[in-house]
Amino acid sequence: MIESIVEALQFGFMRNALVTGLLVSVACGVIGTFVVVKRIVFVSGGIAHAAYGGIGLGYFLGVDPVLGAIGFSLLAAVGMGAVQRRTGERADTLIGVLWAIGMATGIVLVDLAAGYKADLMSYLFGSILAVPSSDLLIMVVLDLLIGVVVAMFYKELLAISFDEVFATVENVPVNAIYLVLMGLVALTVVMLMRVVGLILVIAMLTIPAAISGRFVKDMKRMMVVACGLGMLFTTGGLWLSYFLNLTSGATIILFAGTAYLLVLGVQGLVDRVRTTRDRTSA
Amino acid sequence: MGRPTLFDGQQEVVSVRNLWAGYDHRVVLEDVNLSVKARDFIGIVGPNGGGKTTLLKVLLGLVRPMRGEVLVLGEPVLEGRRHIGYVPQLTTVDSDFPISVRDVARMGRLQERGLLQPYTAEDDRIVEDALLRVDMLDQRGRPFGDLSGGQRQRVYVARALATEPSILLLDEPLVSVDPRVSSSIYSLLKKLNESVTIVMVSHDIGAISSHVKSVGCLNRQLFYHGGDRLTPEMLELAYQCPIDLIAHGVPHRVFPEHGGKGDLA
Repeated sequence: MIESIVEALQFGFMRNALVTGLLVSVACGVIGTFVVVKRIVFVSGGIAHAAYGGIGLGYFLGVDPVLGAIGFSLLAAVGMGAVQRRTGERADTLIGVLWAIGMATGIVLVDLAAGYKADLMSYLFGSILAVPSSDLLIMVVLDLLIGVVVAMFYKELLAISFDEVFATVENVPVNAIYLVLMGLVALTVVMLMRVVGLILVIAMLTIPAAISGRFVKDMKRMMVVACGLGMLFTTGGLWLSYFLNLTSGATIILFAGTAYLLVLGVQGLVDRVRTTRDRTSA
Repeated sequence: MGRPTLFDGQQEVVSVRNLWAGYDHRVVLEDVNLSVKARDFIGIVGPNGGGKTTLLKVLLGLVRPMRGEVLVLGEPVLEGRRHIGYVPQLTTVDSDFPISVRDVARMGRLQERGLLQPYTAEDDRIVEDALLRVDMLDQRGRPFGDLSGGQRQRVYVARALATEPSILLLDEPLVSVDPRVSSSIYSLLKKLNESVTIVMVSHDIGAISSHVKSVGCLNRQLFYHGGDRLTPEMLELAYQCPIDLIAHGVPHRVFPEHGGKGDLA
């Protein structure tokens, strides 16, 4: 086994894939924590799918689809963020519609684009084994950007996540901060697209943070633990997919999802044992 | 601090004149007038849906009035609200939220430290002082979600105190806490009232009226005369039906003498 690991590491694509997993885990631990505690999983899913419109736009205009995805997902983030702020209880319907329109736009633009569309599926289902070294640099920059912005606005991000009404009364610019958060979600989505694909992005954004939140009761620690779990899931999932010869993105998600369900199950069991013991001893 | 001194007991800290407010075209508050003086401790009671929450939202600048004028320490609400310490209902927060008691209380310093300004040692001192005043300093490192209802309420009060307010605004502060806890919160508020003005709303007439200095009744219109008594007329006007003022289990001070209903009606 050790031998085959060493053998696998001879391949540049495998090394890049492992580094990609680590880099992406940082963004998804930090931003995923906000997604989970602020309960914006649905909007984040919407942003992820709408980003496909940007892929289509990239093909159509003949530019790098990743750039298209960055632009489009930022646009979707601002649009959906604004919708959610303005329209009260029907916001989820509207976000669902925007989510579908974004994806459909991408599909139609790809139809209209000329030329060969080889790696289209890789955006939907991930292509962690095909990450060029130049993309690693972009990911480092995005990680730094996300880290710096979160550090700069940390107290406001925490405030709007915990109690938005109080933050408003304290004259925190809640709408602007919310849109900043949406923008960060969009950037994280684009990074994750490489690893697990747009369709499965939401799993990596939520699972590490959700598990982390069951063990730690402090936001910063929750981020750190979520980053660590993300690294565990991407690295572990990658090796599993390598040895079992399975699709890497889906294997990573299944590994993470199984871990989450196990944690839920074990914790539920422990709680039940504890309450019965308390009852019998009382 | 540039804040007006509040030694003059007659200074008006909140002034509401001919306020009409509501949502879309539905009027919830109708021609409400209220003058709150420094060191007042006002309780506003009324049925659910009577406009208590809307009145609070107007005072906090969260709902814009349709008509009328609202001033906080002589300023329009959006500026004046920096003098208000707001204590929301307990039910509004997710109890799984990963945050410590200290970090909740420190949110009271948000407006003093704007964007890109980190909290300072002075902020920490003010926050610790606020936690000490509500008797929660020794719990500062605990997760907020692990606290009991009464303890959380105290932390909210500390957070409001950390804003160094002239006015405390409380929304149903005693909903979902047991009677023993509520009496300890009342004695805390009474102590705080020595230096700040307090306005609270509640649907629980009995609980609120035994502790405040004056009571008003709100149901679309506000019936408030600055007195410490709820008269049968006020309740009848507010609740739109005769209220039987049998004061069993309710402190007598609030109500006229037994049989008063007949005399006054």
